[in-house]
Amino acid sequence: MKVFRRLGLAAVVVTALTGPAMAADVTIGIRSEPSSMDPYFHNLGPNNGMIGQVFGRLVDFDSNQQIFGRLAESWKPINDTTWEFKLRKGVKFHDGSDFTADDVIYSFKRADGYTGGNSSFRIYTKGKTLMKIDDHTLHIMTEAPYPLMPNDLTTVMIMSSEAKGTGKPDVNMGIDTRDFNDGTATFGTGPYKFVEWKKGDRIVLEKFDGYKGPMPQPWDKVTFKFIKAEPARVAALLAGDVDMIDNVPTSDIDTLKKNANVALSQGVSNRVIYLHLDQQRDQSPFVTDKAGNPIDKNPLKDARVRKAISMMINRPAIVERVMEGVAIPAGQLLPAGFFGLSPTLKPDAYDVAGAKKLLAEAGWGDGFGLTIHGPNDRYINDAKIAEAIGQMLTAAGIPTKVVTMPKNVYFSRASKGGPDGTPEFSFVLVGWGSGTGEASSPLKSLLATHDPSKGMGASNRGRHSDPKVDSLIGQALATVDDTKRAALLAEATDIAIGENQGIIPLHYQVNTWATRKGLKYSPRTDERTTAYDLVPAK
Amino acid sequence: MSVFIIRRLMHAIVVIFVMSFLVFSGVFLVGNPADILIADDADQAEREQVIRDMGLDRPFYEQYWKFLVNAARGDLGDSFVFDEPALQLILERLPATMELAVAALLIAVVFGIPLGVWAGLKPDAIPSKIIMTGSILGFSLPTFWVGIMMMLLFAVILGWLPSTGRGDEITYVLGFPTSLGTFDGWAHVLLPATNLALFKLSLVIRLARAGTREVMHQDYVKFARAKGLTENRVVMVHVMKNILIPVVTVLGLEFGGLVAFSVVTETVFAWPGIGKLLIDSIGLLDRPVIVAYLMIIVFLFVILNLLVDIAYSVLDPRVRLQDVKA
Repeated sequence: MKVFRRLGLAAVVVTALTGPAMAADVTIGIRSEPSSMDPYFHNLGPNNGMIGQVFGRLVDFDSNQQIFGRLAESWKPINDTTWEFKLRKGVKFHDGSDFTADDVIYSFKRADGYTGGNSSFRIYTKGKTLMKIDDHTLHIMTEAPYPLMPNDLTTVMIMSSEAKGTGKPDVNMGIDTRDFNDGTATFGTGPYKFVEWKKGDRIVLEKFDGYKGPMPQPWDKVTFKFIKAEPARVAALLAGDVDMIDNVPTSDIDTLKKNANVALSQGVSNRVIYLHLDQQRDQSPFVTDKAGNPIDKNPLKDARVRKAISMMINRPAIVERVMEGVAIPAGQLLPAGFFGLSPTLKPDAYDVAGAKKLLAEAGWGDGFGLTIHGPNDRYINDAKIAEAIGQMLTAAGIPTKVVTMPKNVYFSRASKGGPDGTPEFSFVLVGWGSGTGEASSPLKSLLATHDPSKGMGASNRGRHSDPKVDSLIGQALATVDDTKRAALLAEATDIAIGENQGIIPLHYQVNTWATRKGLKYSPRTDERTTAYDLVPAK
Repeated sequence: MSVFIIRRLMHAIVVIFVMSFLVFSGVFLVGNPADILIADDADQAEREQVIRDMGLDRPFYEQYWKFLVNAARGDLGDSFVFDEPALQLILERLPATMELAVAALLIAVVFGIPLGVWAGLKPDAIPSKIIMTGSILGFSLPTFWVGIMMMLLFAVILGWLPSTGRGDEITYVLGFPTSLGTFDGWAHVLLPATNLALFKLSLVIRLARAGTREVMHQDYVKFARAKGLTENRVVMVHVMKNILIPVVTVLGLEFGGLVAFSVVTETVFAWPGIGKLLIDSIGLLDRPVIVAYLMIIVFLFVILNLLVDIAYSVLDPRVRLQDVKA
């Protein structure tokens, strides 16, 4: 009797896991809950991914961050400072109103003037003037030639100019973020409609029958459940409570691969994990002699020393052992396939003897002491990577202490914990995902000279500075011609990393999604988890 | 008695005030939430703008004073992360935690007292030894691990119960929203509630056993027996009444613990309660939510203590509610 029951149960489980997808409902277990359904409240991965299913953008990224037209049919620069966008006709918002150029202008106005919020889209809207030519033609003008126009427009979502909210009329066009969270104003043009958000629990979306556009709509109802604990996310998939999970922990990948009821999908991301080295201070707080006493010189200012440190790191070993094979050794800012890469830069080979020779040339043959600081809850296996690097450097003659801490403490200190708001540490582990899907984003933030007045080098925690690199980045950002711009970005990368060792790239993160058998997810380089990239497998 | 209650509530206000200062300054020292929330590619001007909008550019005493003034009006501030009132965020999610805590408490009492009394009546029987050994495991195994193991066994391998989350259907019982109105709701709560109850269950077993063993040798039990009362009546009425006092005291206090420290269970089982909210808020340094949460918890503890004292005076006529004067 008991045996029969167990068998029956097993049969049910097996059907549930492998049966054809009859009912087109899908449940997805995701790690990170968005902070809002308001398209302009918080420029953050989980928000942009979730809200982008409900709201459309003029152009958007496919799973490889290649740009395609979403609400725009076509776009082109018509002179040095003007781009023309032809908008798709017959598109409707979820509340039934028609999509026209007015909605785009309205959306830009709300995004650009957003008050409150956790980080606005102003970096993408500023300096752009929108002009309506007719209902479905729009001109966007800038003061100087601006090549990143399509990239910038993959960020700003379009809301209806007829949306009504409950906020004060003079703040954010009278629509509060909570009006989006409870559905009052959550009307986009996307393939899915917003149904409800139970905070801490789930967001439910429903197919929009009047959808017109290029995205597939394979599901009638999509439920996103927030499951932060990693073992719980995996268990929920194995128990059949969810059909897909994101951010599969590297330690579970092997087990899941062997499970016949589970399909994995993996793809490289736009995120590079790298090291910043203090190149500004003559006396750096965490650079010591070998015994740990302060020294009056900073060896990290010497590019040869930085090169030597890079050569002491065994990247394939980190990928193999720490990342369980799920990462790709990095030699520059973005993995192959992205725009603006250097064709020649390769990951530095592991060569301790060569590194020691370089150190001796630089006058540091006896070595020195270092402390590496890193987060322990931000990137995949981040603390373990820092430990591995500490061991490799120590073994190669640079005794290195390892200090890791939670991200809520780490980033404040790494960016501005020192005197006068300077970076507190000397040698830090960080990651960078290129939101624009090309090389200018990391170059501008990580390797350009730190200069608040120009908005350059905002995350340059090592304070790398080279006027040649700055000028190449500046030229690239003003060159509309793709071929020329790609060459300029590649040259900037070659100098900043290849010659200067401004940062030391370690590896590109590879992200893993797991679905039940019978489904297929196209891994996204921008790490988003969306319903329209998930389809029944054929 | 009313003087006693009023005085207790005054104490509560002082405790809450001191606590708010400690938490506020503690979180202030840890770091700046803006640094975690802001998009990576934001430039320096944008960063300063966000910090200004959140009021984080003001000196500590100014931020704290503003908080106190607003708190006096019942406004504990808006969450940095969600930009919704912190109090509302917590109250929205409090029912889920209450439900979990009540279910856990029920499990602890319903199973703990009979098992404990039984083990106390027959201390040398093999089942009693098994019960007591089991209670040691309940004390010593980490909640996180037990939760994952339960999930693995009952959800993944056997497939009997859902692995994570709360039931879909929300019904209203006496005005409180609860998922326990449906079978699906109970199926969802069973694993996390058992996980959360394990420690309390062991505690109740041990209290009930110790109480029973002590009481069984008392004169009035012998007298009751001598009067010819049935064993059932002796145990169910006379023994039970006396062992309930320590159990009620401890459970009253522990209920506060169940609500306040359901953090681990809620995180493991993705239960959408306040424990999960707290841990997420700490991760993002969402100060208004952390402070509001702890203020509510302190208040809860004070009230529970008060209720325990009152329940005492009902269960044990020798207890009078009054302050001890020096």
